[in-house]
Amino acid sequence: MTRQQALDLYFMEARAKLIDVAAFLDRVERSEGEPDFRWPAFVNALKALGTGDAQRARQVLLSLSDPTAEPIPAATTKAACGAWPGMK
Amino acid sequence: MVSRTTDDYVDMATAGCAAVCEPAFWAGFDRSSVQGFYDYFCQLTEHEPKRAAKFGLAHYTWLCINPKESEDVNLAEEVVGLIPQFLNKPNVLGIGEIGLNKNSRNELKVLEMHIDLAAQHDQLILVHTPHLEDKLKGTRLIVDALKSDKRIKPERCIIDHVEEHTIDIALDAGFWAGMTLYPESKCTSARAIDMIECYGGERVWMNSACDWGVSVPLAVPYAALEMRRRGYNSENIDNLVFKNPARFMSQSPKFKMPAA
Repeated sequence: MTRQQALDLYFMEARAKLIDVAAFLDRVERSEGEPDFRWPAFVNALKALGTGDAQRARQVLLSLSDPTAEPIPAATTKAACGAWPGMK
Repeated sequence: MVSRTTDDYVDMATAGCAAVCEPAFWAGFDRSSVQGFYDYFCQLTEHEPKRAAKFGLAHYTWLCINPKESEDVNLAEEVVGLIPQFLNKPNVLGIGEIGLNKNSRNELKVLEMHIDLAAQHDQLILVHTPHLEDKLKGTRLIVDALKSDKRIKPERCIIDHVEEHTIDIALDAGFWAGMTLYPESKCTSARAIDMIECYGGERVWMNSACDWGVSVPLAVPYAALEMRRRGYNSENIDNLVFKNPARFMSQSPKFKMPAA
């Protein structure tokens, strides 16, 4: 697939998703409430979009992942929330 | 497919699907006893194949207690003890989908029980990797557990639900990698094809999430359409969506190649 083909196929879809992300950021910023770890995790993940190594999807996923190695003592929930609460 | 309607079978058959490969999974709620699992395994090995056959679809399955129900080790031991009596059923390809969910110590113990069961009975293994923030760590723990049992042959295991940050962990260790396609929140067709373009299409398959949540049984045919939009020819598409999964599952003598 050429760059022209990739743009022809995916530009409009990606543009719409980009605006969705921008609107989400605006929505959260104008809302009030307690701090939530997912917000800084999301903002931090956005930094990966500015890199030029063609591994942005991987870098976003890594930035939202639990980087630890040891099993946790016990599972207290079944659900994942999309960001690691331990991120500083 | 136990949580889907017959309409989904009609759609899959109409779209050209030839077989269904259904792992044991969480029902959306915890089963209250080992008897509940016995009934579920009967459903997967006796009743669901008949339902699929009505629409011309071969039905294969994998058995286990899913990682989401693995925190109760005593229950898990009882369920694992049930499985051998089902392994000779004609549609059982192996043990799955085993793995981890929240990466807990008990989940890891139960994973090791399943790996031992698969090794003892020379079964293929289908692995569930955790979702979202737990996937990276869980994939590493799972691969370590599989590699530490020298009876396990990586080429007979598929690590499912890989994404861009975990596909290399599976492939570099010699395992197959599965990309599960979801309409929201996880891997899309476009991203799955991106990964194939970056990592190669030798030991990968794509599968459609077909559970009780938001999922699309035709996700693989839609991925084939996405490949066609990118200019893939029919042979390339057939290799990835049909021949690759058939090649992996053919490692079980029970798998019969369906007519293309």
